[in-house]
Amino acid sequence: MAVANKESALSRVAGDPVSRRKLLAVTGGSTALAAFLAACGSDSGTTTTTGSTAAATGGSGTEKFGKGDVGILNYALTLEYLETAFYADVVKSGLFKGSDLATIRKFGEEEAEHVTALTGFVKQMGGTPAPKPKTEFPLKSAKSVLELAATVENLGAAAYLGQAPYIKGASVLSAALSIHSVEGRHAAALNTLLGDSITPDGAFAKPAGAAEVLKSVEPFIVG
Amino acid sequence: MSDQILAQPELAGVRIDTDSDDISRSEVILKGALAAGAVYGAMAVGPFVGRALAMSGGSDVDILNFALTLEFLESTFYKEAKGRAKASGDLKSLIEVIGRDEDEHVGALTETIKKLGGKPVAEPKFDFPYSGTAGFLKLAQTFEDTGVSAYNGAAPQIKSKEVLEAAGSIVQVEARHAAAIRLQNGDEPSPVAFDPALSEAKVLKAVEPFIQ
Repeated sequence: MAVANKESALSRVAGDPVSRRKLLAVTGGSTALAAFLAACGSDSGTTTTTGSTAAATGGSGTEKFGKGDVGILNYALTLEYLETAFYADVVKSGLFKGSDLATIRKFGEEEAEHVTALTGFVKQMGGTPAPKPKTEFPLKSAKSVLELAATVENLGAAAYLGQAPYIKGASVLSAALSIHSVEGRHAAALNTLLGDSITPDGAFAKPAGAAEVLKSVEPFIVG
Repeated sequence: MSDQILAQPELAGVRIDTDSDDISRSEVILKGALAAGAVYGAMAVGPFVGRALAMSGGSDVDILNFALTLEFLESTFYKEAKGRAKASGDLKSLIEVIGRDEDEHVGALTETIKKLGGKPVAEPKFDFPYSGTAGFLKLAQTFEDTGVSAYNGAAPQIKSKEVLEAAGSIVQVEARHAAAIRLQNGDEPSPVAFDPALSEAKVLKAVEPFIQ
Protein backbone atom coordinates (compact mmCIF):
# COMPACT_ATOMS: atom_id res chain seq x y z
CA MET A 1 0.00 0.00 0.00
CA ALA A 2 1.33 3.45 -0.87
CA VAL A 3 2.75 5.38 2.05
CA ALA A 4 0.52 8.33 2.70
CA ASN A 5 1.70 11.78 3.65
CA LYS A 6 0.03 13.27 6.67
CA GLU A 7 -2.74 14.82 4.61
CA SER A 8 -3.67 11.71 2.64
CA ALA A 9 -7.11 10.27 3.18
CA LEU A 10 -5.60 6.82 2.75
CA SER A 11 -3.79 7.10 6.08
CA ARG A 12 -7.12 6.31 7.69
CA VAL A 13 -7.22 2.94 6.00
CA ALA A 14 -3.70 2.27 7.20
CA GLY A 15 -5.02 2.54 10.72
CA ASP A 16 -4.01 6.03 11.81
CA PRO A 17 -6.01 7.28 14.75
CA VAL A 18 -9.10 9.22 13.82
CA SER A 19 -8.23 11.72 16.51
CA ARG A 20 -5.86 13.30 14.00
CA ARG A 21 -8.86 14.46 11.98
CA LYS A 22 -10.44 15.96 15.06
CA LEU A 23 -7.24 17.89 15.65
CA LEU A 24 -7.28 19.12 12.06
CA ALA A 25 -10.82 20.32 12.54
CA VAL A 26 -9.87 22.38 15.56
CA THR A 27 -6.62 23.85 14.27
CA GLY A 28 -7.55 24.00 10.62
CA GLY A 29 -8.82 27.56 10.81
CA SER A 30 -5.87 29.71 9.91
CA THR A 31 -4.25 27.23 7.55
CA ALA A 32 -7.57 26.76 5.76
CA LEU A 33 -7.87 30.50 5.19
CA ALA A 34 -4.29 30.59 3.94
CA ALA A 35 -5.13 27.80 1.52
CA PHE A 36 -8.18 29.69 0.31
CA LEU A 37 -6.25 32.89 -0.31
CA ALA A 38 -3.47 30.91 -1.93
CA ALA A 39 -6.04 29.49 -4.31
CA CYS A 40 -7.03 33.06 -5.14
CA GLY A 41 -3.56 33.98 -6.26
CA SER A 42 -1.88 35.32 -3.13
CA ASP A 43 1.36 33.75 -1.92
CA SER A 44 0.96 30.01 -1.61
CA GLY A 45 1.89 29.24 1.95
CA THR A 46 0.38 25.76 1.97
CA THR A 47 2.68 22.80 1.97
CA THR A 48 0.22 19.97 1.59
CA THR A 49 0.52 18.04 -1.62
CA THR A 50 -3.23 17.73 -1.81
CA GLY A 51 -3.72 21.49 -1.80
CA SER A 52 -2.08 22.24 -5.13
CA THR A 53 -3.79 24.86 -7.22
CA ALA A 54 -4.51 24.44 -10.90
CA ALA A 55 -1.75 26.88 -11.72
CA ALA A 56 0.80 24.88 -9.77
CA THR A 57 0.03 21.37 -10.99
CA GLY A 58 -0.51 22.23 -14.66
CA GLY A 59 -2.77 19.37 -15.66
CA SER A 60 -5.74 17.22 -14.74
CA GLY A 61 -3.71 14.00 -14.71
CA THR A 62 -6.61 12.17 -16.35
CA GLU A 63 -5.21 11.84 -19.85
CA LYS A 64 -5.03 8.06 -19.65
CA PHE A 65 -8.83 8.05 -19.37
CA GLY A 66 -9.30 10.14 -22.49
CA LYS A 67 -8.78 13.59 -23.88
CA GLY A 68 -9.92 16.74 -22.08
CA ASP A 69 -13.33 16.59 -20.47
CA VAL A 70 -13.93 13.01 -21.63
CA GLY A 71 -10.83 11.98 -19.68
CA ILE A 72 -12.03 13.80 -16.59
CA LEU A 73 -15.51 12.27 -16.86
CA ASN A 74 -14.05 8.80 -17.31
CA TYR A 75 -11.80 9.31 -14.29
CA ALA A 76 -14.89 10.30 -12.30
CA LEU A 77 -16.76 7.33 -13.73
CA THR A 78 -14.01 4.98 -12.56
CA LEU A 79 -14.28 6.37 -9.03
CA GLU A 80 -18.06 6.09 -9.13
CA TYR A 81 -17.78 2.45 -10.23
CA LEU A 82 -15.54 1.87 -7.22
CA GLU A 83 -17.96 3.53 -4.82
CA THR A 84 -20.94 1.65 -6.27
CA ALA A 85 -19.14 -1.68 -6.00
CA PHE A 86 -18.04 -0.89 -2.46
CA TYR A 87 -21.54 -0.07 -1.25
CA ALA A 88 -22.95 -3.14 -2.99
CA ASP A 89 -20.39 -5.32 -1.19
CA VAL A 90 -21.20 -3.67 2.11
CA VAL A 91 -24.94 -4.19 1.73
CA LYS A 92 -24.32 -7.87 0.88
CA SER A 93 -22.01 -8.32 3.87
CA GLY A 94 -24.84 -8.16 6.37
CA LEU A 95 -22.69 -6.03 8.68
CA PHE A 96 -25.32 -3.31 8.94
CA LYS A 97 -28.95 -3.14 9.94
CA GLY A 98 -31.65 -0.55 10.44
CA SER A 99 -30.98 3.09 9.68
CA ASP A 100 -27.25 2.59 9.02
CA LEU A 101 -28.12 0.00 6.38
CA ALA A 102 -30.70 2.34 4.88
CA THR A 103 -28.11 5.12 4.65
CA ILE A 104 -25.54 2.85 3.01
CA ARG A 105 -28.11 1.52 0.57
CA LYS A 106 -29.17 5.06 -0.38
CA PHE A 107 -25.61 6.23 -0.89
CA GLY A 108 -24.95 3.17 -3.07
CA GLU A 109 -28.03 3.96 -5.17
CA GLU A 110 -26.83 7.52 -5.65
CA GLU A 111 -23.37 6.36 -6.73
CA ALA A 112 -25.04 4.02 -9.22
CA GLU A 113 -26.97 7.00 -10.60
CA HIS A 114 -23.67 8.80 -10.98
CA VAL A 115 -22.32 5.84 -12.96
CA THR A 116 -25.33 5.89 -15.27
CA ALA A 117 -25.19 9.63 -15.83
CA LEU A 118 -21.44 9.82 -16.37
CA THR A 119 -21.55 6.87 -18.78
CA GLY A 120 -24.25 8.59 -20.78
CA PHE A 121 -22.39 11.87 -20.72
CA VAL A 122 -19.17 10.33 -22.06
CA LYS A 123 -21.09 8.60 -24.86
CA GLN A 124 -22.87 11.85 -25.73
CA MET A 125 -19.50 13.52 -26.08
CA GLY A 126 -18.38 10.83 -28.49
CA GLY A 127 -16.06 9.11 -26.03
CA THR A 128 -15.78 5.51 -24.89
CA PRO A 129 -16.90 5.08 -21.28
CA ALA A 130 -14.26 3.71 -18.91
CA PRO A 131 -14.76 0.04 -18.12
CA LYS A 132 -16.07 -1.19 -14.79
CA PRO A 133 -13.01 -2.25 -12.78
CA LYS A 134 -12.80 -5.49 -10.81
CA THR A 135 -12.69 -4.56 -7.17
CA GLU A 136 -12.13 -6.06 -3.75
CA PHE A 137 -12.73 -4.27 -0.48
CA PRO A 138 -11.79 -5.35 3.04
CA LEU A 139 -14.98 -5.89 5.05
CA LYS A 140 -13.77 -6.98 8.47
CA SER A 141 -16.16 -5.19 10.80
CA ALA A 142 -18.91 -2.58 10.76
CA LYS A 143 -16.55 0.00 12.22
CA SER A 144 -13.72 -0.62 9.74
CA VAL A 145 -16.22 -0.56 6.87
CA LEU A 146 -17.65 2.76 8.02
CA GLU A 147 -14.14 4.14 8.25
CA LEU A 148 -13.37 2.94 4.74
CA ALA A 149 -16.61 4.43 3.46
CA ALA A 150 -15.77 7.76 5.05
CA THR A 151 -12.29 7.64 3.57
CA VAL A 152 -13.61 6.86 0.11
CA GLU A 153 -16.27 9.56 0.20
CA ASN A 154 -13.96 12.25 1.58
CA LEU A 155 -11.45 11.29 -1.10
CA GLY A 156 -14.14 11.29 -3.80
CA ALA A 157 -15.27 14.77 -2.86
CA ALA A 158 -11.66 15.98 -2.93
CA ALA A 159 -11.20 14.32 -6.33
CA TYR A 160 -14.10 16.21 -7.89
CA LEU A 161 -12.92 19.45 -6.32
CA GLY A 162 -9.46 18.80 -7.71
CA GLN A 163 -10.78 18.48 -11.26
CA ALA A 164 -13.06 21.53 -11.31
CA PRO A 165 -10.44 23.98 -12.62
CA TYR A 166 -9.52 21.66 -15.52
CA ILE A 167 -13.00 21.14 -16.88
CA LYS A 168 -13.59 23.06 -20.12
CA GLY A 169 -17.28 22.61 -20.84
CA ALA A 170 -19.80 24.51 -18.73
CA SER A 171 -22.29 21.64 -18.82
CA VAL A 172 -19.57 19.20 -17.75
CA LEU A 173 -18.65 21.55 -14.92
CA SER A 174 -22.28 21.85 -13.84
CA ALA A 175 -22.59 18.08 -13.80
CA ALA A 176 -19.37 17.64 -11.84
CA LEU A 177 -20.42 20.24 -9.28
CA SER A 178 -23.83 18.62 -8.80
CA ILE A 179 -22.08 15.34 -7.97
CA HIS A 180 -19.23 16.92 -5.98
CA SER A 181 -21.56 18.40 -3.37
CA VAL A 182 -23.40 15.08 -3.00
CA GLU A 183 -20.11 13.33 -2.25
CA GLY A 184 -19.53 16.02 0.36
CA ARG A 185 -22.91 15.18 1.91
CA HIS A 186 -22.02 11.48 1.96
CA ALA A 187 -18.66 12.21 3.54
CA ALA A 188 -20.15 14.39 6.26
CA ALA A 189 -22.89 11.87 7.05
CA LEU A 190 -20.39 9.03 7.40
CA ASN A 191 -18.04 11.20 9.44
CA THR A 192 -21.00 11.92 11.74
CA LEU A 193 -21.77 8.20 12.12
CA LEU A 194 -18.15 7.72 13.18
CA GLY A 195 -18.23 10.62 15.62
CA ASP A 196 -15.69 12.50 13.49
CA SER A 197 -15.66 16.12 12.36
CA ILE A 198 -18.00 16.83 9.44
CA THR A 199 -15.31 19.10 8.02
CA PRO A 200 -11.91 17.42 8.46
CA ASP A 201 -10.27 20.16 6.36
CA GLY A 202 -12.02 22.97 8.21
CA ALA A 203 -13.99 25.75 6.51
CA PHE A 204 -12.41 25.19 3.09
CA ALA A 205 -12.35 21.71 1.55
CA LYS A 206 -9.07 20.64 0.03
CA PRO A 207 -8.76 19.35 -3.54
CA ALA A 208 -6.91 16.15 -4.36
CA GLY A 209 -5.07 15.54 -7.61
CA ALA A 210 -5.75 12.56 -9.86
CA ALA A 211 -2.38 10.94 -9.22
CA GLU A 212 -2.90 10.88 -5.47
CA VAL A 213 -6.50 9.72 -5.71
CA LEU A 214 -5.69 6.90 -8.12
CA LYS A 215 -2.79 5.80 -5.95
CA SER A 216 -5.11 5.71 -2.95
CA VAL A 217 -7.71 3.50 -4.64
CA GLU A 218 -5.22 1.26 -6.41
CA PRO A 219 -5.27 -1.34 -3.58
CA PHE A 220 -8.96 -1.94 -4.20
CA ILE A 221 -8.65 -2.64 -7.92
CA VAL A 222 -7.78 -6.27 -8.61
CA GLY A 223 -7.06 -8.29 -11.73
CA MET B 1 -36.86 23.08 -17.96
CA SER B 2 -37.72 25.49 -15.15
CA ASP B 3 -36.20 28.93 -15.48
CA GLN B 4 -34.85 28.59 -11.98
CA ILE B 5 -32.39 25.87 -12.92
CA LEU B 6 -29.25 26.64 -14.89
CA ALA B 7 -27.89 23.11 -14.75
CA GLN B 8 -30.29 20.20 -14.56
CA PRO B 9 -29.57 17.28 -12.31
CA GLU B 10 -30.75 14.66 -14.80
CA LEU B 11 -27.46 14.28 -16.56
CA ALA B 12 -28.64 11.54 -18.85
CA GLY B 13 -30.86 14.12 -20.50
CA VAL B 14 -28.22 16.80 -20.96
CA ARG B 15 -27.72 17.74 -24.58
CA ILE B 16 -24.40 19.03 -25.81
CA ASP B 17 -24.09 21.61 -28.60
CA THR B 18 -23.12 19.61 -31.64
CA ASP B 19 -21.35 22.47 -33.37
CA SER B 20 -18.73 22.75 -30.66
CA ASP B 21 -17.10 20.46 -28.13
CA ASP B 22 -18.56 22.35 -25.24
CA ILE B 23 -20.72 25.31 -24.34
CA SER B 24 -18.45 28.29 -23.96
CA ARG B 25 -18.49 30.16 -20.70
CA SER B 26 -19.71 33.34 -22.36
CA GLU B 27 -22.76 31.50 -23.69
CA VAL B 28 -23.54 30.24 -20.21
CA ILE B 29 -23.12 33.73 -18.77
CA LEU B 30 -25.42 35.18 -21.42
CA LYS B 31 -28.02 32.48 -20.84
CA GLY B 32 -27.75 33.10 -17.11
CA ALA B 33 -28.20 36.83 -17.57
CA LEU B 34 -31.21 36.30 -19.84
CA ALA B 35 -32.74 33.89 -17.35
CA ALA B 36 -32.19 36.32 -14.50
CA GLY B 37 -33.57 39.16 -16.59
CA ALA B 38 -36.67 37.15 -17.46
CA VAL B 39 -37.30 36.39 -13.80
CA TYR B 40 -36.58 39.95 -12.74
CA GLY B 41 -38.96 41.37 -15.31
CA ALA B 42 -41.72 38.87 -14.71
CA MET B 43 -41.90 38.99 -10.95
CA ALA B 44 -42.16 41.75 -8.41
CA VAL B 45 -39.03 41.53 -6.33
CA GLY B 46 -38.19 43.38 -3.15
CA PRO B 47 -35.78 46.31 -3.01
CA PHE B 48 -32.82 44.23 -1.90
CA VAL B 49 -33.19 41.76 -4.73
CA GLY B 50 -33.83 44.51 -7.23
CA ARG B 51 -30.67 46.33 -6.18
CA ALA B 52 -28.62 43.15 -6.13
CA LEU B 53 -29.74 42.15 -9.60
CA ALA B 54 -29.22 45.64 -10.94
CA MET B 55 -25.66 45.62 -9.60
CA SER B 56 -24.92 42.14 -10.83
CA GLY B 57 -22.93 42.24 -14.05
CA GLY B 58 -21.79 38.63 -13.91
CA SER B 59 -18.16 39.42 -13.07
CA ASP B 60 -16.27 37.25 -10.60
CA VAL B 61 -16.52 40.06 -8.05
CA ASP B 62 -20.29 40.18 -8.55
CA ILE B 63 -20.54 36.45 -8.05
CA LEU B 64 -18.36 36.60 -4.94
CA ASN B 65 -20.52 39.41 -3.56
CA PHE B 66 -23.59 37.26 -4.14
CA ALA B 67 -21.86 34.48 -2.22
CA LEU B 68 -20.82 36.95 0.49
CA THR B 69 -24.44 38.00 0.96
CA LEU B 70 -25.39 34.38 1.59
CA GLU B 71 -22.47 33.86 3.94
CA PHE B 72 -23.42 36.99 5.89
CA LEU B 73 -26.89 35.49 6.23
CA GLU B 74 -25.60 32.15 7.49
CA SER B 75 -22.99 33.71 9.77
CA THR B 76 -25.60 35.91 11.46
CA PHE B 77 -28.10 33.05 11.62
CA TYR B 78 -25.69 30.74 13.45
CA LYS B 79 -24.42 33.51 15.71
CA GLU B 80 -27.98 34.18 16.84
CA ALA B 81 -28.67 30.45 17.09
CA LYS B 82 -26.18 30.07 19.92
CA GLY B 83 -28.76 31.73 22.11
CA ARG B 84 -32.01 31.24 20.24
CA ALA B 85 -31.90 27.63 19.07
CA LYS B 86 -32.01 26.21 22.61
CA ALA B 87 -29.60 23.48 21.50
CA SER B 88 -27.60 21.12 23.65
CA GLY B 89 -25.11 18.30 23.14
CA ASP B 90 -24.20 17.42 19.56
CA LEU B 91 -26.40 20.08 18.02
CA LYS B 92 -24.87 22.77 20.21
CA SER B 93 -21.37 21.72 19.06
CA LEU B 94 -22.53 21.55 15.46
CA ILE B 95 -23.88 25.12 15.62
CA GLU B 96 -20.50 26.31 16.86
CA VAL B 97 -18.59 24.42 14.15
CA ILE B 98 -20.84 25.57 11.33
CA GLY B 99 -20.92 29.15 12.60
CA ARG B 100 -17.14 29.24 12.69
CA ASP B 101 -17.00 27.96 9.10
CA GLU B 102 -19.47 30.59 7.90
CA ASP B 103 -17.49 33.33 9.67
CA GLU B 104 -14.36 32.14 7.86
CA HIS B 105 -16.24 32.17 4.57
CA VAL B 106 -17.28 35.78 5.19
CA GLY B 107 -13.70 36.74 5.96
CA ALA B 108 -12.21 34.94 2.98
CA LEU B 109 -14.78 36.20 0.48
CA THR B 110 -14.35 39.77 1.75
CA GLU B 111 -10.57 39.48 1.40
CA THR B 112 -10.83 37.97 -2.09
CA ILE B 113 -13.20 40.64 -3.36
CA LYS B 114 -10.83 43.33 -2.12
CA LYS B 115 -7.87 41.52 -3.67
CA LEU B 116 -9.67 41.54 -7.00
CA GLY B 117 -10.16 45.28 -6.69
CA GLY B 118 -13.85 45.05 -5.87
CA LYS B 119 -15.99 46.45 -3.10
CA PRO B 120 -17.49 43.89 -0.70
CA VAL B 121 -21.23 44.33 -0.16
CA ALA B 122 -22.24 45.82 3.15
CA GLU B 123 -23.52 43.32 5.67
CA PRO B 124 -27.33 43.36 5.51
CA LYS B 125 -29.53 43.31 8.59
CA PHE B 126 -31.39 40.04 8.91
CA ASP B 127 -34.54 38.88 10.59
CA PHE B 128 -34.99 35.16 11.22
CA PRO B 129 -38.47 34.45 12.50
CA TYR B 130 -38.28 31.15 14.33
CA SER B 131 -38.49 29.89 17.86
CA GLY B 132 -36.87 26.89 19.46
CA THR B 133 -34.80 24.04 18.18
CA ALA B 134 -37.23 22.63 15.62
CA GLY B 135 -37.72 26.05 14.06
CA PHE B 136 -33.98 26.60 13.93
CA LEU B 137 -33.34 23.24 12.30
CA LYS B 138 -35.96 23.80 9.64
CA LEU B 139 -34.45 27.14 8.64
CA ALA B 140 -30.90 25.83 8.88
CA GLN B 141 -31.71 23.02 6.47
CA THR B 142 -33.24 25.46 4.00
CA PHE B 143 -30.29 27.81 4.19
CA GLU B 144 -27.64 25.11 3.77
CA ASP B 145 -29.42 23.33 0.90
CA THR B 146 -30.07 26.67 -0.82
CA GLY B 147 -26.45 27.66 -0.32
CA VAL B 148 -25.26 24.53 -2.09
CA SER B 149 -27.61 25.16 -5.00
CA ALA B 150 -26.58 28.81 -5.15
CA TYR B 151 -22.88 28.00 -5.42
CA ASN B 152 -23.54 25.19 -7.92
CA GLY B 153 -25.58 27.61 -10.02
CA ALA B 154 -23.08 30.42 -9.92
CA ALA B 155 -19.81 28.51 -10.21
CA PRO B 156 -19.94 27.68 -13.95
CA GLN B 157 -20.08 31.42 -14.63
CA ILE B 158 -16.87 32.15 -12.75
CA LYS B 159 -14.08 33.21 -15.11
CA SER B 160 -10.99 32.76 -12.93
CA LYS B 161 -9.78 29.23 -12.19
CA GLU B 162 -8.57 30.29 -8.77
CA VAL B 163 -11.90 31.82 -7.82
CA LEU B 164 -13.63 28.67 -9.08
CA GLU B 165 -11.39 26.52 -6.87
CA ALA B 166 -12.23 28.71 -3.91
CA ALA B 167 -15.96 28.53 -4.60
CA GLY B 168 -15.67 24.77 -4.93
CA SER B 169 -13.87 24.48 -1.62
CA ILE B 170 -16.68 26.44 0.04
CA VAL B 171 -19.64 24.66 -1.56
CA GLN B 172 -18.34 21.27 -0.46
CA VAL B 173 -18.31 22.54 3.11
CA GLU B 174 -21.85 23.90 2.74
CA ALA B 175 -22.91 20.47 1.50
CA ARG B 176 -21.29 18.91 4.55
CA HIS B 177 -23.18 21.34 6.76
CA ALA B 178 -26.40 20.49 4.95
CA ALA B 179 -25.94 16.78 5.53
CA ALA B 180 -25.19 17.25 9.23
CA ILE B 181 -28.20 19.51 9.79
CA ARG B 182 -30.43 17.09 7.91
CA LEU B 183 -29.27 14.25 10.15
CA GLN B 184 -30.16 16.38 13.19
CA ASN B 185 -33.60 16.85 11.61
CA GLY B 186 -33.98 13.10 11.13
CA ASP B 187 -33.93 13.73 7.36
CA GLU B 188 -31.93 12.13 4.54
CA PRO B 189 -28.46 13.72 4.50
CA SER B 190 -28.31 13.33 0.73
CA PRO B 191 -31.86 13.43 -0.63
CA VAL B 192 -30.97 13.29 -4.33
CA ALA B 193 -28.06 11.96 -6.38
CA PHE B 194 -27.40 15.31 -8.07
CA ASP B 195 -27.62 18.54 -6.10
CA PRO B 196 -29.67 21.04 -8.10
CA ALA B 197 -28.34 24.42 -9.20
CA LEU B 198 -30.35 27.59 -8.67
CA SER B 199 -30.06 30.90 -10.49
CA GLU B 200 -28.95 33.94 -8.54
CA ALA B 201 -32.36 35.54 -9.01
CA LYS B 202 -34.16 32.56 -7.52
CA VAL B 203 -31.77 32.37 -4.56
CA LEU B 204 -32.05 36.07 -3.81
CA LYS B 205 -35.82 35.84 -3.98
CA ALA B 206 -35.73 32.89 -1.55
CA VAL B 207 -33.60 34.74 1.02
CA GLU B 208 -35.20 38.14 0.57
CA PRO B 209 -37.80 37.56 3.31
CA PHE B 210 -34.98 37.35 5.85
CA ILE B 211 -33.29 40.59 4.81
CA GLN B 212 -34.51 43.73 6.50
